[in-house]
Amino acid sequence: MLSAIEIEKITHELQHVPVKKAACIEALKIVQQQRRWVSDESVADIAQILEMSAAEVDSVATFYNLIFRRPVGRHVILLCDSISCYVMGYTKILDRLTSLLNIRYGQTTPDERFTLLPNACLGTCDHAPALMIDEDLYRDITEQDVESILDRYP
Amino acid sequence: MKERPLTQYIPDSGTLHLREYEAVGGYAALRKVLREMTPAEVTALVKDANLKGRGGAGFSTGMKWSFVPMDVPGPRYLVANADEMEPGTFKDRWLLEGNPHQLLEGMIISAYAIQATEAFVFLRWAYKYAAHEMRRAIADAYMAGYLGKNILGKDFNLEMQLHTGVGRYMCGEETALLNSLEGKRATPRAKPPFPQVSGLFGRPTIVNNVETLSWMPHIVNNGPEWFKSLSYTGDGGTKIYGVSGKVNKPGAWELPMGVTMRELLEEHAGGMKNGYRFRGALPGGASTDFLTDAHLDVKMDFAGVAAAGSRLGTGTMVVLDDHTCPVGFVHNLEHFFAQESCGFCTPCREGLPWTEKILLSLEKGTGTMADIEQLDMHTRLLGPGNTFCALAPGAMEPLQSALKYFRDDFEQHVKEKKCPYAHHSH
Repeated sequence: MLSAIEIEKITHELQHVPVKKAACIEALKIVQQQRRWVSDESVADIAQILEMSAAEVDSVATFYNLIFRRPVGRHVILLCDSISCYVMGYTKILDRLTSLLNIRYGQTTPDERFTLLPNACLGTCDHAPALMIDEDLYRDITEQDVESILDRYP
Repeated sequence: MKERPLTQYIPDSGTLHLREYEAVGGYAALRKVLREMTPAEVTALVKDANLKGRGGAGFSTGMKWSFVPMDVPGPRYLVANADEMEPGTFKDRWLLEGNPHQLLEGMIISAYAIQATEAFVFLRWAYKYAAHEMRRAIADAYMAGYLGKNILGKDFNLEMQLHTGVGRYMCGEETALLNSLEGKRATPRAKPPFPQVSGLFGRPTIVNNVETLSWMPHIVNNGPEWFKSLSYTGDGGTKIYGVSGKVNKPGAWELPMGVTMRELLEEHAGGMKNGYRFRGALPGGASTDFLTDAHLDVKMDFAGVAAAGSRLGTGTMVVLDDHTCPVGFVHNLEHFFAQESCGFCTPCREGLPWTEKILLSLEKGTGTMADIEQLDMHTRLLGPGNTFCALAPGAMEPLQSALKYFRDDFEQHVKEKKCPYAHHSH
């Protein structure tokens, strides 16, 4: 069941769109903001409000890279794996992350602290390699920086 | 001192806010437009300047606007494409973070030209700081009477919304972007009808790039002849160029349109890092053909780069050095394109993962000469005319040029049954 605040926010979005369906992405963002991810149940709930089928909502949800259809940890690490970061050695950052956290891409640490995901170009190529954790961007990172960056996210 | 109209007032860190923007002449162009010009005159002005779109395709902006049917009643829309997601590209971030009001003023002027009543900034999710500043800028512009009803006391209304995306390269394609704004999967639409005629919610819509829209205040203030005079070549204006890779000073600079690759690399990017040699570069993002050291004197404008067999694209260059494997480099690109393909049309959905797998097998030392021929075949089958949109043809540009310029490297992987470079790929 969607919370009162989720319903209120989605209803607010409906004022800005000519057809209910058009609020689909916003609704997914609202639910994810509250719950970190979007469950099957939430997909069905959104579908009901927007008068869509659950499959239709899911087709939108699964299309976009940053809508999570599986549970994620408290903090999501998005490591840029695109070309400038490749040239500047992002794979060393990845090795450091995987050895410190003992998880691979797509996995979450057992304490649910971190989920590690690859991400397409973060648009900060003159400061490669780069990663984001939650809303924070880290640039020009070295293998030595990784541990202290992670320490900021309890 | 060369003129840098788009970036000269951007602080070294932080953002030019409303009062600071007004103090350097901000919103004067909007006043002039609303007081003295008809919408048709604004379009004619931009056409005269021959401003070409800065998002990658290089189409004449004034021409694009002129396709909007002005006699059809009902809403028209303007969208700023701020979904900068072309790998290697970081130019719009500078404008969005540094001078959001310049973009807003450009959008309001553009909306007036096409008589749009609603405008959207379609912003990439990753640009969190830009989103924060853009939200503030929109609120400040409403407070100051530059947005909303009866702008500056005139009979012109415009509502502005910020839409932050949820991550997909396809959203940069204008019809896919419109689908995304409608809450749908970002798959491209058939053209025609073009968005100018039937775009967002079936209404006439103009989608322009951030750098393109940011020009409008300056073209209104200074005129088309001034705009053309900024450039070294026939394509007017300045351009925001960027360089990333193993150079001494990676970065972005606003320079006269048509600087040479050599000037960009040697003067602005400070040359190659000690111990690294230049082998080639993608001149304008991931979906452009490699240029090599034979092309260093190519003028970086639309015509110049096209004559050299590539595209200016976004104008942000990614450098390939002699310690980086060209096969691994292209594998990284094709991995990106395969992942970001919307899956709508078969050549792209099936062909891109195939090229990715072949490139990986070459990197792992299990590739054959026949695999290289398969790659050649793919560059034709996924080329222009065979796919629904420009994603796959764009993906083939770095591959086909790598096969042309670095073919020995591809063959060496087969002969030695390993990647000859000391690196590992994931």
